[in-house]
Amino acid sequence: MKKTFDMTDLECAHCAAKMENAIRALDGVTGASINFFAQKLTLEAEDARFDDIVAQAQKICRKVEPDCRIVVR
Amino acid sequence: MSPKQKRTLRRIALSAALFVATLLFAPKGLLRPAAFLLAYLPVGLPVLSKAVGNIRRGQVFDENLLMALASVGAFACGEYAEGVAVMLFYQVGELFESLAVAHSRRSIAALMDIRPDFANVERDGQLLQVSPEQVAVGEVILVKPGERVPLDGVVLEGASALDTTALTGESLPRSAQEGDEVLSGCINLTAVIRLRTTKCFEASTVSRILELVEHSGAKKAKTEHFITRFARWYTPAVVVCALVLALLPPILGLGTWQQWVGRALIFLVVSCPCALVISVPLSFFGGIGGASRQGILVKGGNYLEALAKADVVVFDKTGTLTHGVFQVLEVYPEGISRQELLTLTARAEHFSDHPIARSVRAEANAHDLPAPTQAEELPGLGIRAQVDARTVLVGSRPLLTQAGIPCPDRDALAGTVIYTAADGVYLGCILIGDRIKDNAPRAIAALKRAGVSQTVMLSGDSEQAAYAAARTLGLNQVRARLLPGDKVAEAERLMELRRPGGTLVFVGDGINDAPVLARADVGVAMGALGSDAAIEAADVVLMDDDPAKLTLAVVIARKTLSIARQNIVLALGVKLLVLGLTVFGLSNLWLAVFADVGVSVLAICNAGRMLAPVRLPE
Repeated sequence: MKKTFDMTDLECAHCAAKMENAIRALDGVTGASINFFAQKLTLEAEDARFDDIVAQAQKICRKVEPDCRIVVR
Repeated sequence: MSPKQKRTLRRIALSAALFVATLLFAPKGLLRPAAFLLAYLPVGLPVLSKAVGNIRRGQVFDENLLMALASVGAFACGEYAEGVAVMLFYQVGELFESLAVAHSRRSIAALMDIRPDFANVERDGQLLQVSPEQVAVGEVILVKPGERVPLDGVVLEGASALDTTALTGESLPRSAQEGDEVLSGCINLTAVIRLRTTKCFEASTVSRILELVEHSGAKKAKTEHFITRFARWYTPAVVVCALVLALLPPILGLGTWQQWVGRALIFLVVSCPCALVISVPLSFFGGIGGASRQGILVKGGNYLEALAKADVVVFDKTGTLTHGVFQVLEVYPEGISRQELLTLTARAEHFSDHPIARSVRAEANAHDLPAPTQAEELPGLGIRAQVDARTVLVGSRPLLTQAGIPCPDRDALAGTVIYTAADGVYLGCILIGDRIKDNAPRAIAALKRAGVSQTVMLSGDSEQAAYAAARTLGLNQVRARLLPGDKVAEAERLMELRRPGGTLVFVGDGINDAPVLARADVGVAMGALGSDAAIEAADVVLMDDDPAKLTLAVVIARKTLSIARQNIVLALGVKLLVLGLTVFGLSNLWLAVFADVGVSVLAICNAGRMLAPVRLPE
């Protein structure tokens, strides 16, 4: 499944690259890209574990930039 | 300003006031460090706490830690004023940076603000306002003047003018009447129209464009990859250098500890690659955003980069340089009027459904004339027909010469020539061809001026027709008599013409040329508005069929690349210069802060130039 999420308070481009690499390395993720200027995360991952993976990605973002959130609707 | 930015501003103001007061009153003794510390805290505390927090989360080398180390180090060395100044200027720079990025981001978002907010849909005789996602294919929607067309559809009722600027960059409004196809993202200008939707929102033009631009970040340019790789080793390398600088010379007895630790602190301040990491991707994103505003969709930074290096540009003739429809280009009557020749020829071709016959009928405006009493098709030659008791021959030159009718040879003209004779007398000929787009020659000239060394046309026409067209267009090379399957092989041969580092760009109308689009370094589909296959296969999509857009795309790509390069040179140059000066003790912390955040702000502002519309040089 491929889905695009909005991100909030993503303030440093460097951090976006770090998050992108870390999310890509997660088990079950086939593709991840963060567009810093559009403030968007595009995530492609296994259907069954998708929600779990989003939660892990959320954690990664918080770890790299404490204020940053992935908007899950 | 966001609340966060406002908080930072207040901290900076407080800190600056305390700093200036301390400098003015110059307290003595223990009061001095205490006063500077007080001035330091408003700006320094958040950075210190972030640095500590990051270490706890395992993120060691980030700019917060580096700035914290530098300022705390300065305090430890007794350089209180510098310690405060470093943090103060760092925060001012960060604020500027965040404002500049937010501004660029908003400008880019505004460029791409083509998303429709709602659709007026007719359901059970009622008009409902719903979100465009909730409208199904085949439903009827109403678009009022001033509203954006929410979904692709066909006009059922009404006639209006549509502003397509956001999609094509073309400022001239397009008219839409009953039966016309209308694309989402256009703005309805004059009157209410009713549409039957032909696509759901996700498949509509506007969604596809937005998706393309938003995902373009995934395909990064080589320059962007270089920056990411560079940033990965730059910071650790500079930090290691700082360590060596702090320890080695004093151990060797080349100076005091304080002197060398001071210089090492300057290294730490300069070690953040932020200026590069932000400004280079911003240049590319700005370039892609700016291009999309002009009706040029670029699928990634890598294609923008390849487009900037365009050296060989290959055009597919039909539909790209020409309109792609047969038209009467010229009439050469002999002894009768132009209209008489056209009418006679059209009547003889009454039963023919060939595109050439249709184009003659269209030009003669002779749809309702009586049919010939007898007509016979002579394969490969033409038609013999009885029109008003005259025997009329219409077709190729051999048709007339075989019948013993003398006629001039006009086969060298660019296009298909049909000759007409009646009762054994030659009456003239008509030149039919695919009309060249008006601004195609200008676009090709501009490409050459932009430094493209070879412009090539691929054509299925005869050599004569292809060469004549190429002369009019001012192309370097022509490949004629090509079958659709030959194009890939031809494109591969043309790749050898590329100068080192140059790329081959193929421009087609997106119909039947997907293999070539994929094979070329950059595949450009022209006039692809609404054509799914072309949007899928191409790397760059030109929304309307104006060949000048290709030149514009190359110019935009060049500008993007040159701005990205300027930023790399600026940021790296200043940083390396400051590092060099520092080793010899010729710099100070103020200069270092400028080399860090000052350069970031300059580079971001430079990247912001990408947002201004690019015009073609006349």
